[in-house]
Amino acid sequence: MNRVGIEPRAVTRWLILGVIGLLMALPIVAMVEFSLRGAPGEYTLDHWTGILDPENERKYRGLFEGVGNSLLLAVVTVLIVNAMLVPTMVLVALRFPKLQRWLEFVCLIPITVPAIVLVVGLAPVYGVVSRIFGSSIWTLAFAYGITVLPYAYRAVRAAMDAVDIVTLSEAARSLGAGWLTVFFRVLVPNIRRGMLAASVIATAVVLGEFTIASLLNRENLQTSVLLISRSDPYVATIFALLALLFAFALLVIIGRVGAVQPRRSSS
Amino acid sequence: MTARRSGGRGWALLGLTPFSAYVVLFLAVPTVLALGTGLFDGDGALTLDNLTGLLEPAVLRSFVDLLWLSGLTAVLGAIAGALICFSLLGTREDGWLRTGISAASGVLAQFGGVMLAFAFIALIGIQGLLTQWLLRTFDADIYEGGVWLYQVPGLILPYLYFQIPLMVITFMPAMSGLKPQWAEASATLGGTGAVFWWRIGFPVLAPSFLGSLLLLFANAFSSYGTAAALVSQGAPIVPLQVRAALISETVLGRENMAGALAIGMIVVMVVLMKAYSALQSRAERWMR
Repeated sequence: MNRVGIEPRAVTRWLILGVIGLLMALPIVAMVEFSLRGAPGEYTLDHWTGILDPENERKYRGLFEGVGNSLLLAVVTVLIVNAMLVPTMVLVALRFPKLQRWLEFVCLIPITVPAIVLVVGLAPVYGVVSRIFGSSIWTLAFAYGITVLPYAYRAVRAAMDAVDIVTLSEAARSLGAGWLTVFFRVLVPNIRRGMLAASVIATAVVLGEFTIASLLNRENLQTSVLLISRSDPYVATIFALLALLFAFALLVIIGRVGAVQPRRSSS
Repeated sequence: MTARRSGGRGWALLGLTPFSAYVVLFLAVPTVLALGTGLFDGDGALTLDNLTGLLEPAVLRSFVDLLWLSGLTAVLGAIAGALICFSLLGTREDGWLRTGISAASGVLAQFGGVMLAFAFIALIGIQGLLTQWLLRTFDADIYEGGVWLYQVPGLILPYLYFQIPLMVITFMPAMSGLKPQWAEASATLGGTGAVFWWRIGFPVLAPSFLGSLLLLFANAFSSYGTAAALVSQGAPIVPLQVRAALISETVLGRENMAGALAIGMIVVMVVLMKAYSALQSRAERWMR
């Protein structure tokens, strides 16, 4: 077979994918197996059904609190992204194109400043924050808004690059629309896929966040799962599996959103 | 371009303040504080004492161990990830194989942290599925020389588990950018497959490959959760040193040691990201 193409033979392709795929599947299979372990040599669903058993309510209360906290943090972080980052990006694109590079630079800084470094400086900042807003869990979203900045910026930027928002807003303005109308009725509908993608990524990152919560002594999904793993490793493993499944579902949603985008915008 | 009929410039500038204030308060101030505290002692006087603390054997060792851990997992992860990208050449971009692998990679690249520690305890912990199976079937004890899972060598496999998917995500665009026409041109001139890869494929992909490798390195270097959940004793890598410094306030009798460690980490990260963006702009020449 004398092929011109650069693609691998079918045998090579499936050998590579098969071997690496099998190795990658092993830890997940091990987690499923572990969560089903009962008495030595026996398998049971007890650990799964036990989660919702009212008898265990006290035992797992902290765990569900952690889940609740993480969901709340995800909502507030998504709000920060959509109500603060997106309007700023639009404003810069329309009125201050020269600041575009600066905005991009700032939004990508958190890639270089890892959470473990940021948290060193966040500790004193949160000392002040809790004096102003109290020490309730949602304030942690201010820090999470920073950690999701690079992902959110890229998602929204990709959507903004796909439409000519300057021309769109000028057209709307010349037809007599006010700035608020331009923003909510002209621009947002055009970039809402980017906003949705940014929100989904922000949610995924917040649900997986451990470093900042742990070192600022806050309780979220990850810290409470680590805590319960010391007394009940089975439930911790089950929650890890569920989180994995949830993240996969979110990513599939992003994939669908991304796949639909070009067809819609060309019609 | 910027001149508009209405909406004064002053008002527009005012619109930038909420985001600017937010970024200053929660990004600039923490970063400056994190790095700045490393230069001061407990009484607020300028000192180099913390920075010299970076040269203490235990701290130096944690940097060295983190560097080889990051380097090893970045190289192995980059090779395995690039192999996956190569095996996907010629498949349909919107086919189930590509979309499935890219969604799975997206999840697994994020699947760092605490959860990953559980997965590997379930697999190769002392009671783990694989450990017990190897023991029963081959009478082979992976922990014959001691339990290494809860020390630095134990981090290699978990780290690879998020490095490989990250490589797939970052390197796939470059791999798909290889144009079939180049292969045709090479074949027309009598080049074999090996000639194509040696003369065209590898040189074109080299900057992207190295760039992705650096990104993987930075990713392992700044990772915290998996190590925090897995490593039970001591602080063998830098992020765990930071934890120790934050919790106990004084490490090695120095206050503000966390700040000095932060400076050390940032220096490495800045070098990595500078090199990454240089390689990236070189790689983009071929991506048009």
